[in-house]
Amino acid sequence: MKCVCSLACLCLLLAAGGSASAEETLPLGLPPVPVKADNPQTVAKINLGKRLFEDSRFSTTGKVSCATCHASEKTFTDSPLRVSKGIKDLTGTRNSPTVVNSAYFEKLFWDGRSPDLEDQALHPFVNPVEMGLKDHNPILRIIRKDREYREAFREVFDLDAEKITMKEVTQAIAAFERTVVSGNSPFDRYQYGGDKSAMTEQQVRGLGVFLDEGRCVSCHVIENDQALFTDNRFHNIGIGINEIQSDVPGIASAFLKAKARGSNVDVKVLTDPKSSELGRFAVTSGLNDLGAFKTPTLRNVAVTAPYMHDGSLETLEEVVIHYMNGGVTNAGEEVNYYLSGGIRPLDLTDEQVDDLVAFMEALTSPEFAAKAKSQGDTGSKKEEGR
Amino acid sequence: MNREPKQVTRRQFFKAAATGIIAGALPVSLVKLSFAGTAEDFTFAYISDAHIQQIKGSNFVRNWDRGLIRAVAEANLLSPAPDFVVFGGDLAQLGTKEELDHGAELLSPLKKKLHCVMGEHDYYLDLGEYWSKLFGPQHYSWDHKGVHFVVLNSILTHDQWTHERWPTAVQRMSEMAGLDNPNGSPFMVGQKQRDWLAKDLEKVAKDRPIVVFSHSPLQKIYKGWNFWTDDAEEVQAILQPFHKVNVIYGHVHQIQYNQIGNISFNSVMATAWPWPYPSTYAQSGSHVPVLTVPMNRADPFFERDATGWQFVNLHTGKTDLHFRLFDNTDRVVGYDPAKGHPVDKTYQAKENRIPPQTHY
Repeated sequence: MKCVCSLACLCLLLAAGGSASAEETLPLGLPPVPVKADNPQTVAKINLGKRLFEDSRFSTTGKVSCATCHASEKTFTDSPLRVSKGIKDLTGTRNSPTVVNSAYFEKLFWDGRSPDLEDQALHPFVNPVEMGLKDHNPILRIIRKDREYREAFREVFDLDAEKITMKEVTQAIAAFERTVVSGNSPFDRYQYGGDKSAMTEQQVRGLGVFLDEGRCVSCHVIENDQALFTDNRFHNIGIGINEIQSDVPGIASAFLKAKARGSNVDVKVLTDPKSSELGRFAVTSGLNDLGAFKTPTLRNVAVTAPYMHDGSLETLEEVVIHYMNGGVTNAGEEVNYYLSGGIRPLDLTDEQVDDLVAFMEALTSPEFAAKAKSQGDTGSKKEEGR
Repeated sequence: MNREPKQVTRRQFFKAAATGIIAGALPVSLVKLSFAGTAEDFTFAYISDAHIQQIKGSNFVRNWDRGLIRAVAEANLLSPAPDFVVFGGDLAQLGTKEELDHGAELLSPLKKKLHCVMGEHDYYLDLGEYWSKLFGPQHYSWDHKGVHFVVLNSILTHDQWTHERWPTAVQRMSEMAGLDNPNGSPFMVGQKQRDWLAKDLEKVAKDRPIVVFSHSPLQKIYKGWNFWTDDAEEVQAILQPFHKVNVIYGHVHQIQYNQIGNISFNSVMATAWPWPYPSTYAQSGSHVPVLTVPMNRADPFFERDATGWQFVNLHTGKTDLHFRLFDNTDRVVGYDPAKGHPVDKTYQAKENRIPPQTHY
C-alpha cells in the first residue's frame, strides 16, 4: 500500500532552498513518491531522519556520516570522487549514487541488493570501508544517551530509549530520503509544463536522439506524464567487466563458492574490485545478471560526475561515446561476452553526440543547478578532440 | 560447488524445476536423484542454429556472432561442467568456408568434447564436404554412461533436387534457405541412413535409453518452413520398439515438444533469431529468409530476445531440457512420467498463460 508524500515534502524542499510553489504537491515530471504503509511520513520523523543522516558519530572515527558521501551541496553525492571514501580515507569500489529521487528505485545499490531505503541504510554503517562499525550497537548507544534523540524518538515512534532499535533509525532515515526529490528541470518544463522555450534548440534535438537513434529511452524511461529515467532493471553495458574478461569464469565460480559458505555479499563487493565487477550476479547468481548494474536516473546527471558504477567515465561525452562504440569505452576493444542484447554500436554524428550531451544538461533541477554553478563543476563535455 | 548432493524425489525435482530453483544454474549431477534408474544421471549442453553470416571479408553479422559467443561463454560457466556439448546444426548461414571457419572459431573455447549435427544451411553449398573436414562424420553413434546416442543428417532431400536441378551450388543453397519456397524440397533422412540406423540399433537392448540428435524434427509439423521430415513415419518405426527414446532437434528456433508412442520430441532454441522474427532483423546487413506471410513481432530492444541455449539433463533414460533464455526467465520442459510426455510446467498451466496481444 502506498500513499503520497505531501506537505512534509514541501517543507523540506523550501528549507533546502527548493523552488516548489505552495500550490504544487509534486515536482513537475515526477510521480507520487512511494511510501511504505508501515512508515508514513511526518515532519518530526523527517527532521529526525535528517539529523541521523548527517550524524558522523555513527562511525569508528567519528568523521563519517551518510552525508559524507551524499552531501546535499553536491547534489547528494561526493562528486567529483570516482569511488567513495569512508573512514581513514579508505576507498570502496563504487561511485556514490545520488540520494535525489532514489525514493523511486525499487531496489537500492548499484547491484540492487537492498529491497528498500530502510534496508539500504543498515549496510554502510557496518561496512569496513564506509563507517567501519562492527555492528549497529554503537549507534543505538549514542542515540539512547543523546537527550534530543531520545525526545525525538519518543515523539515520532512513542518509544522509550531502551526500546529504540535500528528499525526506527532506518525508518527515520528513509523518511528523510523520501523528501529528497526534485523535478522541474528545463526538460520537465518543456515536456510536461508546456513551455516550449524551456529547452534550447540543441537540447530539443538531443531529446530526439535520446528517443530514437540513441536508443536511450528504452532503459532511461520517459513516460507520458512523468520521467524517472530508469527502468529499475539491471544491464551489462560493458563497464568494468571488460577489463576482467578472462577472469570472469574463475571469479564467478569462486564467488558462488564463497556465497555458499555464507560470506557477506555487501563486504565482498565493496572491498574486492574484481568481485565488484560481477554486478547483480553477486546477488542473484543469475547468468542474465553477469556484469549487470542498475540503470541509474539521469536526473541531475550533469552535476553528479563521474559516471557509471565505478566512476570510470568523467564526462557525459565519454558516456555517449561508450554507447556509440557498442559497449566498449575505446573503440576496437573486445566486447565482453555477457553484454546486454540491448547494446549495439550506434551511428551518431558528432552533432548528435553534442546534442545528446546538451539534452542531458537539461535534466538538472533548479535547486541543484544553482549550487553546481557556484562550484563551477558541471561534468559536461570537455573541449578535447575525440 | 561445495555442496553435498541432496536427496530429491522426482516430484520435488519437477516442482523445483518449475519454480526455477533448479533451472538455470544447476545441472542434475548436483542433485542426486533418489529415483535414479539403471542409467547414470548426467548433463550435456546444447547450442544450435547460430547462422553465422559473412557480410564481407572478416565482417560478419554482429547480432548472430554475439548470440553464439554468449552461449559458448555461459556453457563454459555451467558448474558442474556438462559431460559434452552438442551443436545442433546451421552453424553457417550460406555454408561458405569462411562462415564455417568463423563459426568453428567461436565454438573453439568450449571446454568439453563437441558433437556436431548437420543443418541445411551448412550442407547445401558443398554437400557437407568442408563441414565434415571440420566436424567429422555426418551420421554416427556412440554410447555414454549407459545411453545410446545417435547423430543423423536429417536435412537431405531428393537426389534429383540435390544433384541435377540447380545450375550452381550457390543457387541451390539459396533456394534451400528460403521460406515457403515453391522451388524448395522437403527434408528427409533417406533410405541409406534409415538402413544404417536400423542396423546400428540391432545391437542395442530395448530398454537402453536412446537419444537421437537431428536438425529436422523427425516429425511432420509445417511443410512450408520445412519443419518437416518426409520419412518421419519410417524413422519413428525404427525407434518405436525401444522403451525410452528421446529426439532432440533444432531448425525451428522455438520451443516445441511432443510425444509419439515411446518417443519424446524436444526442440532447442537458436542463438541467432527466433521464428517468427521481428521485422527489424531484416533491415540492415543480414539476409534472414524473407517472411512470406507478414507476422507481427515487435522489435525487441534486446536483440537476444527469444534466443538462447539449453542444457539437457538425462535421468532415468528421459531428457529434461533447461532453456537458458537470454534477457528472459529460464524455462524447463521435462518428461513427466505420470503423464507420459514432456511438460512445460511454467507456461502450459492455463492460469500461467500470457494472453496474445491484439496490438503493439
